[in-house]
Amino acid sequence: MQCDVCGKKEATVHLTEIVNDKMTKLHLCEDCAKEKGAEMEEHFGLSDLLAGLADLGATIEPEIAEAVKCSFCGFTYQDFRKMGRLGCSECYDSFKKQLGPLLKRIHGADRHVGKVPLMVGKTVKDARTMQELKQRMEKAIQQEEFEEAARLRDKIKEMEKKGKDEKDKS
Amino acid sequence: MTIGDFLKQDSEWLKGTGPSANIVMSSRARLARNIDKAPFSNWANRTQLEKIMNQAREAVSGSSLLKNAMFIRLKDLGEVDRTFLVERHLMSPEHAQEAEFKALIVDPGEVLSIMINEEDHLRIQILQSGLNLKECWRMIDEIDTEISKKLSYAYSAKWGYLTACPTNTGTGLRCSVMVHLPALVFAGQIGKVLQAVGKLGLNVRGLYGEGTDAIGNIFQISNQVSMGITEEDVIDNIERITNQIIAREDAVRKTILLKSKEALVDRVSRAYGTLKSAHIITSNETITLLSAIRLGVDLGVVKNLDRRMVNELFILTQPAHLQKLEGKGLDSSERDIKRADLIREKLK
Repeated sequence: MQCDVCGKKEATVHLTEIVNDKMTKLHLCEDCAKEKGAEMEEHFGLSDLLAGLADLGATIEPEIAEAVKCSFCGFTYQDFRKMGRLGCSECYDSFKKQLGPLLKRIHGADRHVGKVPLMVGKTVKDARTMQELKQRMEKAIQQEEFEEAARLRDKIKEMEKKGKDEKDKS
Repeated sequence: MTIGDFLKQDSEWLKGTGPSANIVMSSRARLARNIDKAPFSNWANRTQLEKIMNQAREAVSGSSLLKNAMFIRLKDLGEVDRTFLVERHLMSPEHAQEAEFKALIVDPGEVLSIMINEEDHLRIQILQSGLNLKECWRMIDEIDTEISKKLSYAYSAKWGYLTACPTNTGTGLRCSVMVHLPALVFAGQIGKVLQAVGKLGLNVRGLYGEGTDAIGNIFQISNQVSMGITEEDVIDNIERITNQIIAREDAVRKTILLKSKEALVDRVSRAYGTLKSAHIITSNETITLLSAIRLGVDLGVVKNLDRRMVNELFILTQPAHLQKLEGKGLDSSERDIKRADLIREKLK
């Protein structure tokens, strides 16, 4: 089989592209594939994809956003748009306005619900339980199950008090 | 022990054991972790990279689970050795590049490996034969917890584990299974299956080659997102979907046996014949033919070979493995000859 692009050399690379559910097949020789590959990388690099999403829902002007700098490592938002990678863990805080919508777009969610490291384990787990309790209480009120709501309210109060006592101790 | 000793043992991902091993070659879990308040590996300077490497090494060396693990600084290895580790799925191809401040920790059984200073400070990986993601997670969770006692991880209550690329933020977990689907490819159903899997939030790609033209009919299925979903749910999703794919592949295999047994036997026997008599053979041709033979072994039409042997040939015929076996560098045409020699010898 001959290469679809140059029509001269033997096709050794076979690409399948899916655009709008339509599948097209390309048969390329090694040289043309390299060229095509470079072209595709240029167009479809992860950083470009991320950058394309990075402005979503941003509330500040792009030019100002670009200049935002991480106070810990000196990385700028423009660096992120170029490389698709962040500079350090503190960048997440420095660019939180931009990263929030981006994370939501990537993952369909912007809240972690998985494993919690040992060091922070207890506080985070407590916060999650607390959030859950509050949601259940609100639901109970809406459904006019006031006895259940009162029970949950007491539980929340108890947890808050316990948290405060522990804080005072440490 | 040196990495050369790996040649004497079966690579974990090719052992051919574990649940559904006739279709699922291996399962893998990978965690991305970073040290708190330190620049990510791509952005760190030389001093910082050295420091990160030492911190990671020390944290890991204290672990009771990693007592016998090897610590390998990649700058001490030549290109062939690095590719050898990539071929054994112990590290990523990216990790073999620009190796000055990179390291790899690997246990002698090749189940656990940790890349240091890849894209993230730590990339912990567990590899298991067959469909075994739950066991992968159990092990990696334990090791991760142990390391976290020594290293303060970059973590936010809202966004979870913080990683260099936002696509890994959250759990930092990527799980994947490697499946051999020759019957679905043969029957022309693979496109539909892969499209359906893609719609369910999972990623599919060929192990060798691209998309539906994957060489050797080996595909890798992995999760796309890492935030807003628990580790257990990620694993459950992949296992459920993989089980459905297994059922489909199995059904098509049975149909082929029933309706086109002659065509199957013909295909498998021709593959066997070529491998047994070729004197020059490329890596791609080898993978394609081995895929046919593996199916033949699974369906009992090849009697005198076992899956382990076929799997072993998958890896021993890779470029860096051939060169390690030969003990010297070989160019591509020399390799094609040596590869054919090795296969004839093994299939004698």
